[in-house]
Amino acid sequence: MIRLFKEKEKLRAQNAIGASPFTKQSAGKLRLNKDMSELNLPKSCSIHYPDGKDELMNFEVTIHPDEGYYKGGVFLFTFQVAPIYPHEAPKVKCKTKVYHPNIDLEGNVCLNILREDWKPVLNINTIIYGLYHLFTEPNYEDPLNHDAAAVLRDNPKLFESNVRRAMAGGYVGQTLFPRCT
Amino acid sequence: MAPASTGQESRSRDLDKLLLRPGNLVGHNFEPGPGLRDDLKEYARVLVVGAGGLGCELLKDLALSGFRELEVIDMDRIEVSNLNRQFLFRLEDVGKPKAEVAAKRVMERVSGVNIVPHFCRIEDKELEFYSDFSIIALGLDSIEARSYINSVACSFLEYNSDDTPQEETIKPMVDGGTEGFQGHARVIVPGVTPCFECTIWLFPPQVKFPLCTLAETPRTAAHCIEYAHLIKWDELHSGKSFDPDDPEHMKWVYDEATKRAELFGIPGVTYSFTQGVVKNIIPAIASTNAIISAACALETLKIASGCSKTLPNYLTYNGAQGLHTKVTEFVRDKDCLVCGPGVLVQLDTSITLQKFIDLLEEHPKLLLSKASITHRGKNLYMQAPPILEEMTRSNLSLPLFELMGEVPKDVVHATGTTTKNDKKTSCLRKLRVIFKGVDVITDVDTAGES
Ligand SMILES: [Zn+2]
Repeated sequence: MIRLFKEKEKLRAQNAIGASPFTKQSAGKLRLNKDMSELNLPKSCSIHYPDGKDELMNFEVTIHPDEGYYKGGVFLFTFQVAPIYPHEAPKVKCKTKVYHPNIDLEGNVCLNILREDWKPVLNINTIIYGLYHLFTEPNYEDPLNHDAAAVLRDNPKLFESNVRRAMAGGYVGQTLFPRCT
Repeated sequence: MAPASTGQESRSRDLDKLLLRPGNLVGHNFEPGPGLRDDLKEYARVLVVGAGGLGCELLKDLALSGFRELEVIDMDRIEVSNLNRQFLFRLEDVGKPKAEVAAKRVMERVSGVNIVPHFCRIEDKELEFYSDFSIIALGLDSIEARSYINSVACSFLEYNSDDTPQEETIKPMVDGGTEGFQGHARVIVPGVTPCFECTIWLFPPQVKFPLCTLAETPRTAAHCIEYAHLIKWDELHSGKSFDPDDPEHMKWVYDEATKRAELFGIPGVTYSFTQGVVKNIIPAIASTNAIISAACALETLKIASGCSKTLPNYLTYNGAQGLHTKVTEFVRDKDCLVCGPGVLVQLDTSITLQKFIDLLEEHPKLLLSKASITHRGKNLYMQAPPILEEMTRSNLSLPLFELMGEVPKDVVHATGTTTKNDKKTSCLRKLRVIFKGVDVITDVDTAGES
């Protein structure tokens, strides 16, 4: 290709190559757009874009469970999507402090499709449904909050009242939970 | 001592065998002779991305292969642990930018070579910076960085109306990569051979342990380290994000991991293993880097000079069990969003966005219904979710020409559903929009040649 390079170099030397309008699009951003345009969320979930309609790589999802232990609560999640999405799963954190066996007090979430079971064929919709199900069906087998998991397993009635107390803004054991209803 | 001129001759003696003689396996348009050798020096500008293990080798190999105009970009500083294989660096260089030291050392050793270092992130450079190079050689260790450079190089590519690539817009890349005793070298000629995105599945995703395993049932040293890094750090440093390049942060993770490993009776947590797990480092082997770099430098020379046909198009090297190399010819994804031509759509400047969306439904090559449209990262119209639909709805009545900044032609992306064999499938398509009757503004000097 040296002849081409030579021609280009000569043009460059004469400053003859103007700035052309290049279009660089990360494949991750395009794929995320596709996910967004196909979102089909349950009524109890809503999505927000803090950075406006063109910056979708960081967004927030609010879940209002309409059944189960967490009915009446409002839970906020942040999503961070990498440019190599969907090769890598989004990073998801729960911003609402919650008494939950699968979410720790720092907002880490134990959901298999966010880590070990992530596959590029999955999408944002799948993750949001997965998060929603954590509230309708919390499980004590994958604990991140060890105490909450033990109570759910051994005494579901106590678990229920602990959840109520935490959501209303109160202490469970030594931990204070802000109100989230 | 021999006179300097003799030294020069002996230096290019081997190269001359490739560049001065005709051959049966040469590339098309190969014109052997001293003129070619001089042109390589004068007109071939090669960018080396990365000045680590592979980058050091590449810079040296390219400098010794007759290239004289080189540049190198790397954002890292030299660490003690680099010195065993990043052979251009010395103990007194620790803390200095890799790009700068690498450039200086190669220039000291190979006379006549001019290397410009860039100590910055690859994202910090404008697209024009990358546009200036004839060939980009990649000596990187991350998928993100490869994907980024690939999208940059492919962004220069333009297609003719018959979907063949315009040769003068092709920015060839040569990509090397090593992991321990394994490595690859590949030639990416956008529009001709598969780009990085066409074959991203070649790179297995990083193994991620379930958080609950880390929290509850750690079984390996890596589990203990990831517990400290992903869970314990947040617990004790509310809000402060972990910086893998801060030795104090790394030491903290190492100490916490050690405590946890003792608690569960798990052996194997060391400081360097902690670094390896947290930064996802696979031990680098100097000889693998040298072999892969040699292959990459040779391919770079072949692309530039045409002295031989290029590798078709992906070489894997495995030196772990015996020695095995293999070349695989991967094929392009013809619908690749990054390097593919996209579907050509010619439009009147008066067409509104709504009308354009309707047209895509009838376009025989697309049959795309309910399309959402994106242009240069701007969402012109989104069918969902409702909040984005509402924010973009007012664009529907505006002319697309206006929404695209009144350029004569550009790429837009559309997502929607198509019906194939009575089955609805969602798809994302690249569209090459050309507006009729709008002159492509061409610089006066180049107008005559196009
Ligand atoms: Zn491609």
